[in-house]
Amino acid sequence: MYQIIVFLPLLGAIIAGAISVFSARAAHASGEPGVEAPVRDDDEAEAGHDHHDAPTTGPAEIITSGFLVVTAVLSWIAFATVGLGEAPDLRIQVLNWFASGTLSVDWALRIDTLTVVMLVVVTTVSALVHVYSIGYMAHDPHRPRFFAYLSLFTFAMLMLVTSDNLVQLFFGWEGVGLASYLLIGFWYKRPSANAAAIKAFVVNRVGDFGFALGIFAVFVLFQSVDYQTIFANAHDVEGATLAFLSWEVDALTLACILLFMGAMGKSAQFLLHTWLPDAMEGPTPVSALIHAATMVTAGVFMVARLWPLFELSTTALTVVTFFGATTAFFAATVGLVQNDIKRVVAYSTCSQLGYMFVALGVGVWQIAIFHLFTHAFFKALLFLGSGSVIHAVADEQDMRKMGGLRTHIPLTYAMMVIGTLALTGFPLTAGFFSKDAIIEYAFLGDGPLAGYAFVLTVVAAMMTAFYSWRLIFMTFHGRVRAPAEVMKHIHESPQVMMVPLYVLAAGSLFAGLLFAGPFIKDGKEAFWASPTEIHASATAGEDAHATPADAHGTDDGHGTEDAHSADDGHHGEAHPPQWVVWTPTAMMAIGTLIAIWFYLLSPQVPQRLARRHDWLHAFLLNKWYFDELYDVLFVRSIKWLGRFLWKKGDGWLIDGFGPDGVSARVLDATARVVKLQSGYLYHYAFAMLIGVAALVTWLMFAG
Amino acid sequence: MIDWPILSTVTFLPTVGALLLLAIRGDDEIARRNIYHVALWTTSVTFILSLFIWANFDNNEAGFQLVEEAGWLGDRINYKMGVDGISMLFVILTTFLMPLCIIASKLTIKTSLREYMIAFLILETLMVGVFCALDLVLFYVFFEGGLIPMFLIIGIWGGGRRVYASFKFFLYTLLGSVLMLLAIMAMFWNAGTTDIPTLMNHNFPAGMQTWLWLAFFASFAVKMPMWPVHTWLPDAHVEAPTAGSVVLAAVLLKMGGYGFLRFSLPMFPLASDAFAPLVFALSVIAIVYTSIVALMQEDVKKLIAYSSVAHMGFVTMGIFVANPQGIQGGIFQMLSHGIISGALFLCVGVIYDRFHTRQIAAFGGLVHRMPIYAFLFLIFTLANTGLPGTSGFVGEFLTLIGAFRVNTWVAFLATSGVILSAGYALWLYRRVIFGELEKENLKSVLDVSRREVLILAPLALLTILFGVYPAPIMDVTAASTDLLISNYEAALAAAGQLAAASP
Repeated sequence: MYQIIVFLPLLGAIIAGAISVFSARAAHASGEPGVEAPVRDDDEAEAGHDHHDAPTTGPAEIITSGFLVVTAVLSWIAFATVGLGEAPDLRIQVLNWFASGTLSVDWALRIDTLTVVMLVVVTTVSALVHVYSIGYMAHDPHRPRFFAYLSLFTFAMLMLVTSDNLVQLFFGWEGVGLASYLLIGFWYKRPSANAAAIKAFVVNRVGDFGFALGIFAVFVLFQSVDYQTIFANAHDVEGATLAFLSWEVDALTLACILLFMGAMGKSAQFLLHTWLPDAMEGPTPVSALIHAATMVTAGVFMVARLWPLFELSTTALTVVTFFGATTAFFAATVGLVQNDIKRVVAYSTCSQLGYMFVALGVGVWQIAIFHLFTHAFFKALLFLGSGSVIHAVADEQDMRKMGGLRTHIPLTYAMMVIGTLALTGFPLTAGFFSKDAIIEYAFLGDGPLAGYAFVLTVVAAMMTAFYSWRLIFMTFHGRVRAPAEVMKHIHESPQVMMVPLYVLAAGSLFAGLLFAGPFIKDGKEAFWASPTEIHASATAGEDAHATPADAHGTDDGHGTEDAHSADDGHHGEAHPPQWVVWTPTAMMAIGTLIAIWFYLLSPQVPQRLARRHDWLHAFLLNKWYFDELYDVLFVRSIKWLGRFLWKKGDGWLIDGFGPDGVSARVLDATARVVKLQSGYLYHYAFAMLIGVAALVTWLMFAG
Repeated sequence: MIDWPILSTVTFLPTVGALLLLAIRGDDEIARRNIYHVALWTTSVTFILSLFIWANFDNNEAGFQLVEEAGWLGDRINYKMGVDGISMLFVILTTFLMPLCIIASKLTIKTSLREYMIAFLILETLMVGVFCALDLVLFYVFFEGGLIPMFLIIGIWGGGRRVYASFKFFLYTLLGSVLMLLAIMAMFWNAGTTDIPTLMNHNFPAGMQTWLWLAFFASFAVKMPMWPVHTWLPDAHVEAPTAGSVVLAAVLLKMGGYGFLRFSLPMFPLASDAFAPLVFALSVIAIVYTSIVALMQEDVKKLIAYSSVAHMGFVTMGIFVANPQGIQGGIFQMLSHGIISGALFLCVGVIYDRFHTRQIAAFGGLVHRMPIYAFLFLIFTLANTGLPGTSGFVGEFLTLIGAFRVNTWVAFLATSGVILSAGYALWLYRRVIFGELEKENLKSVLDVSRREVLILAPLALLTILFGVYPAPIMDVTAASTDLLISNYEAALAAAGQLAAASP
């Protein structure tokens, strides 16, 4: 069954890819100049994405979407049997990948609770996005290519979450990066899309640079890259040191931080976040699937997966906390002032990922995964809802040109409001359970930066409420600002797009209520049993080392008081004080009220505020000037260096003193020899005589 | 086992084909077709025969196999051929690429097709001979002989600055080979034989190893090419005809790496160990420096040529870390680079044939007219960046993990190459393939023909096959690599004991 889950999307991608290639073959003349085939100049097949021909649903869409629905159903079955049921963990060997010396890498699937949770998230959102795209991309002539990429992405993501070793994780990691590159640049006519695609890939490669070094370090430590071997021996290398570069450092800390660098790239954490907002150049369904629900959460998954390593390094967890909290805060501040509807949601994603890393950093990886799970629903909903808005207003993304849309597209409006409620953590919605739990644990955490994380996540919670409602109010309320021409054609999206929204809305409303029990409360012990077992083998012999966030307490209806940390016994049964429990909700209320005041009651306030603090506004609007800084620091300087090394290094230094110099000297010498050639025979004869005399002399004396 | 001298057959069959070509007269259409068919059939049969080498190869046997021996010059220099796990696959790589080169040349070579094909067939004999030779003098003859046809291919059928490029090529390689010849003579005087297996077990004095190592290094470093003796490569590639570039990048560059594995490491272990830091430094410089230079290139071929230098940096690094991951990774990287860079140069050839330019700025938006070309080119571009799932990944990953075990600085700096390679490769792809189709002369271009697909598709399949399932290659190289390493370590340990005992 698991092989089907993982490889069915690959099959779909291959079929859709073949359809794409063959239709291209049919539409384009092929041949070589002056050899075969007459030149065909027709550009009919060349319609761009803006070209509106009759929307027909082709085989590529049907096949890939159908496969994905099957996959999603199977994943829920897996979730029921492995997660909620009693089914044991599995390791399914597919093929040996490569082996050299003591290094052996397999293609294998590892199935445990963490995996099936990710399977459910990935396949469900992917299936919904596939279906949604049938409607959203109906007018695009390159649909088969689009669906091939989507399915390829899903396959890579599934390889990532089912990986059995670090190298396979890296395969999935770079595979989703490739799919992301292809989908961001899907509309390849746009220079901005191409630039964003390359940026995403290269920035991710910076993270992967760390990831790769982390794998090397793990291999040197454990002589293996298999999770099972690594986890089983993690305790033995605790405290070991490793010479890295010119320093002798704690081996586990080093490996964890290097691996975390990969997570920072993929999950767009502070300093490596710049690619994510630009990635919004891709079609909106892509943003929902890849840049909100699944791929960007891979970093969170990685740390949770490698928890037996991370939990042994306080330093590494502190680093994780720092970047998580900083990102949560930073991205929220930028989100406050953005005007592009998708970018607001993108910064919100960035910020929420920061929350997940805070949860990891303070030691409650189960809550991080729970937030990942709920976030997938409401963030995908918000993105697909935004897509529905954009679809309605003729591909406009600037919220300043929207306004008053709620009466025109009421269903989309309702869905967006549900998504916003869940994101801001309105009581009993999905985000309420997961996000608030993170803030409470940040308070309880005893890492050196837990306080920092608590303050920043609380402030970010308020800003989240503000920018989320700002988005709703600017888009759906107030005066209509779109041109009349657009308003004439405004329409609610077709059912094929709306049904996925309903499903996601249901998830956003109820996922918290339904699943908080097994994920982070009573049922936790049994639910996470399988990974705990493996972790237990890593922590065997240390009784005090209870699993973080141990099960305890009863559901008191509100559902968060019982959250506590039994992390390492320092504050065993600690409960957060009541004010901490209510803080996130209060912050949410404050943020919402400010948004109502700013954008419903007195819309002139934001402008006035922006004018009064124009440098701050510009600072936020320009995303803290990271793009400009990186442009100078890396892009321009490396281009300059490249040109310098090419012209001066290769051209002047090496060639100048190497072959060119040598040949120039040879030419000089020959020129001088040429001057000696006077043309008179006796000159030559004389020279020859001298030569012979010299030779004879030398032979006589040398002999 | 087979009872006929298969290695010699595979080596000299192309020469027989070249002799047949001599019999064809005239330059009309019929003559051209005959020339093409003779060359194609010769190389195809050679490739099929070479597969018998693989079929008869015993993966568990670490030493030389299929050995043939005959008297040659006097009683101490023999004609001796054989392959082991290090050399065997290079033979297959060479014979595999040759038919593709012939097909790719069919329409592009307008003048003196017969002489061109003869040069290629002779070149094939010499290249296969290099990897099969088990006698030092024989090796030298093949190794240096290969220069001549390549020199002619660039000099006669090359582009505008072909004379400059071919002389630069010649000048560099000549310098190295003179030193190598001196070293070979010195080895003969010291050991009394030129038999390679014997020499591998001969202990050269430590001081002498240093000089011999340096002399061989001069030759192999140029061939590789390593920084800073790499500047001939971009010029040679730019001027060479497409098939010339393919052979140059795919096979000739590998002779340097093969030489390190066949001579430097086993015969001069002490010197190899002593000079390893130098090699690491040059490798890392090659990776970082040439990747950055590649970023700024304006000519497609030059860009790929610079990226080749960077990829060869991984090979030299891997070989001299002298552990299984490094060496097997290095061999794998060479084979994989042979496929990928060969394919990339063929891809450049496709658009050069259409537009007669290689300036990146002259292209843009080709995907609109050439979607299948765009797809194939994408596969090779991604493989060039070392994406997991393509063969480019396995070699890079193994050499880096091998390097990390020995020296983290080297691994750290070399790994930064993965960022830069993504940068230059994707930027190139974007400028050539993506964007609006604006330039007038591009608007009526045709997509790849059936013949071009026939050349590129097998390479694409192998790129992915060996990325997902590299075991066939790894299995061949494992035993010989282990033997090489155990001998290497034994030699170092013996020297260490000697040094410890002497003071």
